Amino acid sequence: MAQAQTNHATTEAPGGAHEDIGFPPFETETYAGQLLWLAITFVVLYTLLSRLVLPRLGGIIENRRAMIANDLDDAAGMKSRAEEAGAAYERALAEAKGRAQALAQETRAKLSAESDAKRKALEADLNQRLADAEATISAKKSEAMSHVDAIARDTASAIIERLTGKAPAPQKVEAALNQIKA
Amino acid sequence: MASPIEQFQIKPIIPVINFTNSSLFMIGAAAVIVGGLLLATRKRAVVPGRAQSMAEVLHDFVANTLVDATGKEGMKFFPLVFSLFMFVLTANMLGMIPGFFTVTSHIIVTFALALLVIGTVVVYGFMKHGTHFLGLFVPSGVPAWLLPFIVVIELISFLSRPISLSLRLFANMLAGHIALKVFAGFVVSLLAAGGGLMILAPLPLLMAVALMALEFLVAALQAYVFTVLTCIYLNDALHPGH
Repeated sequence: MAQAQTNHATTEAPGGAHEDIGFPPFETETYAGQLLWLAITFVVLYTLLSRLVLPRLGGIIENRRAMIANDLDDAAGMKSRAEEAGAAYERALAEAKGRAQALAQETRAKLSAESDAKRKALEADLNQRLADAEATISAKKSEAMSHVDAIARDTASAIIERLTGKAPAPQKVEAALNQIKA
Repeated sequence: MASPIEQFQIKPIIPVINFTNSSLFMIGAAAVIVGGLLLATRKRAVVPGRAQSMAEVLHDFVANTLVDATGKEGMKFFPLVFSLFMFVLTANMLGMIPGFFTVTSHIIVTFALALLVIGTVVVYGFMKHGTHFLGLFVPSGVPAWLLPFIVVIELISFLSRPISLSLRLFANMLAGHIALKVFAGFVVSLLAAGGGLMILAPLPLLMAVALMALEFLVAALQAYVFTVLTCIYLNDALHPGH
């Protein structure tokens, strides 16, 4: 390498642009200056990055992560609340259904009891009227039947009078009728 | 035509305080990092814009790399790891701009950063675990007669870490920039040669363009590799038992 370098240097020399340049990375006299400025630069860079830039950058990223985590938590909370509300609604619905059913049952029972009572009253009334009517009929019938004897006596008297020309004795007619009836 | 290594030359700007082009680009990188991140996060938006998204992606990317390698307790090193990643990445990327100096193409810079990492590992390891930290060199379940060799091997591998860590970054940046410059130089040489050779000039130009893309990849990748290895080494300080 070193030989190549010197070769180069000699071939370049006539050009006059630059005199003997060694291999710059191996020129030890430049080391102190490079190290000095590297140390200064790197210490400043490290300080600025660790004190200023990275806290800001990390803060932004952390902030976003916290925000997303928060939002997810909120969403989970809302979801559970929504589920709770759903369950409460279901419960209320079931309760209301139960109550409605009970109410319907009750109403139905009440109505049927009422109609039963009405029907019974009506039946009783009708029975009463029926009985009354029957009583009237039998009274009329017995009354009518009591008239039959008189009619039969009159009719028999009238027939006999027409046939014989004179009215029979009422006692005889009575006796004959009683004979037939028996 | 300039030599391909001229771009690595340290040029004094204010000689009294040893302020050079290297110092300028170190400070430039730091300014770009701090300014860019502050500007990107100035709104502290819950729903980030493009710039803030990028800042957050960088933050989460480094944080995930660190946590994957060291677990949650490794987050105490987050400012250090983030600073290292951003500094190396930005220095590499600034170096990709033509005419700009590449801070990480100097072995002393990458070696200093690697020593910072290993120094942190050693200091924190002894502070946290005392002599237990030395258990790092004594893997469990090794037969007694084999132990001395293993300890020597472990010790050498530990000591070579700052070297491999710094050399990888340095060599990648150096080689990439030299290759770019060489191919770019071919274009100029061919054009200067004139005649039939001029027709060939687009070929190295195409190559330079392809290399440029590759170098952007390398610049990002090497920053990442440096960070991942830093995390793995820090894991040793946090959990020295094998």
